[in-house]
Amino acid sequence: MDYLLNVLFSIVFDGVAYGMILFIISVGLSITMGLMGFVNLAHGAFAMAGGYVAVTLMNQAGVPFALALIAAFLAVAAFSVAFERILYARLYGAGELDQVLLTIGLVFMSIAAATYIWGPSAQPITLPAVLTGRIDLGIREVPVYRLFMIVAGAVIMVALWLGFERTRFGAQIRAAVDNRRMTQSLGINVDRLFTVTFAVGSGLAAVGGGLGVEIWGLDPDYPIEHLIIFLIVVAVGGLGSIKGAFVAALLLGVIDNAGKYLLPEFGSFFIYVTMIAVLLLRPAGLFGRS
Amino acid sequence: MRMRTLGLLATAMVVATAGVVQAKTVKVGLLLPYSWVNKNHAQQIDNAIKLYMKLKGDSVGGHKIEIIRKDSTGPKPDVAGRLAQELVTRDKVDILAGVVYSNNGFRVAAVANKAKIPLIIMNAGAAALTTKSEYIARVSFTMWHAGYPMGEYAATKMGVKKAITMYANYAPGKDSNNAFKTGFTKHGGEVVDEIPLPFPKMPDHTPFLQRVKDTKPDALYAFVPAGKWATALIKTFGDLGLKDAGIKLIGPGDITDDVEINNMGDTPIGLVNAHHYSAAHPSPENKAFVAAWKKEYGADSTTNFMSVQGWDGMEAIYHLVATLDGNIEADKAMAALKGWKNDASPRGPIMIDPETRDIIQNTYMRRVEKVGDSLANTEFETIPMVKDKWKELNK
Amino acid sequence: MSAPTSSAAAVALLAGRHRWRPLEALPWILAVAAFFLFPEYRVLGSQVLIMIGFALSLDLILGYAGIVSLGHAAFFGTGAYTAGLLVNAGWTEPISGLVIAALTAAAIGLISGWVILRTHGLTLLMLTLATTVILQEIANEKDEFTGGSDGLLFTVDPLFGQFAFDLEGNVAYLYALAVVAILFYVTRRIVNSSFGFSLTGIRENTARMHTVGMPVHRRLVTVYVISAAMAGVAGALLSQTTEIAALNSLSFERSGAVLIMLVLGGAGRLYGAFVGAAVYMILEDRLATIDPVYWLFWIGLVLVLVVLFARRGLFGVLSDAVAKAGWRA
Repeated sequence: MDYLLNVLFSIVFDGVAYGMILFIISVGLSITMGLMGFVNLAHGAFAMAGGYVAVTLMNQAGVPFALALIAAFLAVAAFSVAFERILYARLYGAGELDQVLLTIGLVFMSIAAATYIWGPSAQPITLPAVLTGRIDLGIREVPVYRLFMIVAGAVIMVALWLGFERTRFGAQIRAAVDNRRMTQSLGINVDRLFTVTFAVGSGLAAVGGGLGVEIWGLDPDYPIEHLIIFLIVVAVGGLGSIKGAFVAALLLGVIDNAGKYLLPEFGSFFIYVTMIAVLLLRPAGLFGRS
Repeated sequence: MRMRTLGLLATAMVVATAGVVQAKTVKVGLLLPYSWVNKNHAQQIDNAIKLYMKLKGDSVGGHKIEIIRKDSTGPKPDVAGRLAQELVTRDKVDILAGVVYSNNGFRVAAVANKAKIPLIIMNAGAAALTTKSEYIARVSFTMWHAGYPMGEYAATKMGVKKAITMYANYAPGKDSNNAFKTGFTKHGGEVVDEIPLPFPKMPDHTPFLQRVKDTKPDALYAFVPAGKWATALIKTFGDLGLKDAGIKLIGPGDITDDVEINNMGDTPIGLVNAHHYSAAHPSPENKAFVAAWKKEYGADSTTNFMSVQGWDGMEAIYHLVATLDGNIEADKAMAALKGWKNDASPRGPIMIDPETRDIIQNTYMRRVEKVGDSLANTEFETIPMVKDKWKELNK
Repeated sequence: MSAPTSSAAAVALLAGRHRWRPLEALPWILAVAAFFLFPEYRVLGSQVLIMIGFALSLDLILGYAGIVSLGHAAFFGTGAYTAGLLVNAGWTEPISGLVIAALTAAAIGLISGWVILRTHGLTLLMLTLATTVILQEIANEKDEFTGGSDGLLFTVDPLFGQFAFDLEGNVAYLYALAVVAILFYVTRRIVNSSFGFSLTGIRENTARMHTVGMPVHRRLVTVYVISAAMAGVAGALLSQTTEIAALNSLSFERSGAVLIMLVLGGAGRLYGAFVGAAVYMILEDRLATIDPVYWLFWIGLVLVLVVLFARRGLFGVLSDAVAKAGWRA
């Protein structure tokens, strides 16, 4: 019984830790696709950019980990504003296929650019000593870094939730997701809303990218490698829903972890089976609007 | 009188052009995944080739060597096959070389066979590959070169009785798993669990390693592709406390690849593994190789098994051009390669098996050690001139 | 096409849509000319033709029925592996191999389509993706049959007992050309039939289609099955001419590539498939020759520029130019 509890705990703990990274990266994509109706397949490139910014600052300039993550957030958020205004905004009215083609083109360019600047190999990362090793939580010992991932994800979730539910800005975003035209007719500058939201989403992706380097590694193929899992989180959670992205990410993280622990031969199937089940029963995702 | 002058002139011209015709350009078609996943391997192999040609010159016996590079873009046999066909029919190459992925290798082998062009495999490790054509020689390895001796060593000299195997779930992984299992169980070991890892997207290793930790074997034999996979695996192995729990991590040298190993922190220290090349191999040839590499590519760069495979591939090609005086005819080329030895290879002595045309080389048992402020695969035992065991067992 | 100015003209335009126009011979003339003009590129040519066939199958569901799929490689790959498995089971005739590959892919299309075509948008997209990922994983697992990641090597009999696939790609090119011509004929007939028109109706206004009593789901599944069969033929063509069935015929990347090609050329126009596949593959080949390491950047740039400046796809640009010149495309 004790052993089973142990197993259960580690499955849930590790799954939640993994899910937190998924959440931090994917929430921006969910909001972008739900709010702006823009299929941004280059979302992974923003996460990758965040990873590279953080790692470069740490490795070349000795910047501490936490500061590097914040810098990644700011740098990528600023960069994404330029991107959104110059490029993406021109295609808001365009069909999804055009958006797909544009963003895939950007993905290709980002992969080649990353290869050119940082080389084809994976980036090394050395975490601060305080985040290494294991810590005893009573029930069992867990790696400190994974605990950190869970805490970071929870903090971000709370911050986002407060931002969306308790601020006027958040109310405006929720209104725009529900009914863009009505929101515009109320005099709210929806374009600016888009830009800010996109910046926050991309910035978060950058943070997630930096946080994930220790677990996932970082090399120029990142945007394509992880594209599918981000889309799965968004689809399962429901477009435009922070809560959806959170629940979906954690759920998928735990199920994936459980499956791989208990039945490693079928390891990769569980996420897809879950996604199929959710989408067939609730096509709009767990918290999406139909 | 004028006729004689003309006659002399004509003879002089014939003699002169005969001399010119003797020197030809030998074209080598090089297929590597330059742009997609595993471009780091392509870069290591290509850098070795460029360094080789820089140091040894780009001609052999008056014949210029021309390398035509083609991007296979990944494990895509339809693309690799088409490029090989074009190299053979359009560019009229004399030799095909490279090939990182085994599935590409199978297709390119068929093309080489039909076209009767020698193919020098610089990486692809599927054991059956060299059986697909008379015109293939391999200078790299098969998974059995490392896996089988690792299994034997673990059972006989490391006191490992129960082992778990973990392998990336694709053909080389399954191959490595079989190689280890065969060597291990033949010498008294017991494999209590075999864990396939999802492929091709690298998973979070946590659940798999947690499972290993909860089963508490003496050792974990792991094969994942060299590069960031190996780093993630070893880091997670350390993070989850498997090393502290006394589980020995062992595997082929792919997991302690010299290019990646310094990204892995301290966890790999003490890791026993088996492979055919270490950047720390203490021979004068290797020391010169590594020094030349660092001079050309920077003090932070390092050679690894991919580089030595590219290097030895060029050695084989230059040998062919010299022996055949620039006239690369397939049957003669294979005759020149069968039994070819290179005792000056940076990895140690190598030979092309005259029977199978596969590589025969030393397998080294190595332990990861801290040397100065970086990690190295220090060799402590040499198993000399190992043939591919899979072919032996499957005769 | 220039907009008609009266309702009678509009009716005439629609009624005449199915008629073959002289300009439509152009792509075929070009394909035959390319065979002679570029004899050293026949292998590439055969693979371009195969991707054109694949892109046509995708156009049927995407351009006409509005089903955006990131999983069409599931059917392409099914066809590829079926062709190989047949040979390994003893059935070595190639043309019947194509037919059986088509039927197998159609069966997969029927099963998966029936289930997933009740959804739409992102949901449908992800479900199509799941189909191809699951099939690829099965192919990787069942390596006793499929060869796993090493691939399934096989050789079909020479065509008509006479023409074996050669290194220069002569037989492959002509084989692919003939088969794709047939696929095109079938596709063109379908889109210009009342069935085809109803697909456009479903794409544009599903609700209204329901209200006029159209069996929407059944129509979608039908076109999905036909499209799957065609994709299966294209896949079988590839594996037969390259003598190997490999996991990259079932991959997400393959699905993405054909989607890119179709959108690049322009979906819903049939000829967009020709232009998109040809331009993308030839561009990739040429760029990769010039810069084997960084060509991906340039191709990405081309895609971005096309979206920004050639919104209706390359074929749209072409047909606008042709229309300006006074011809109807």
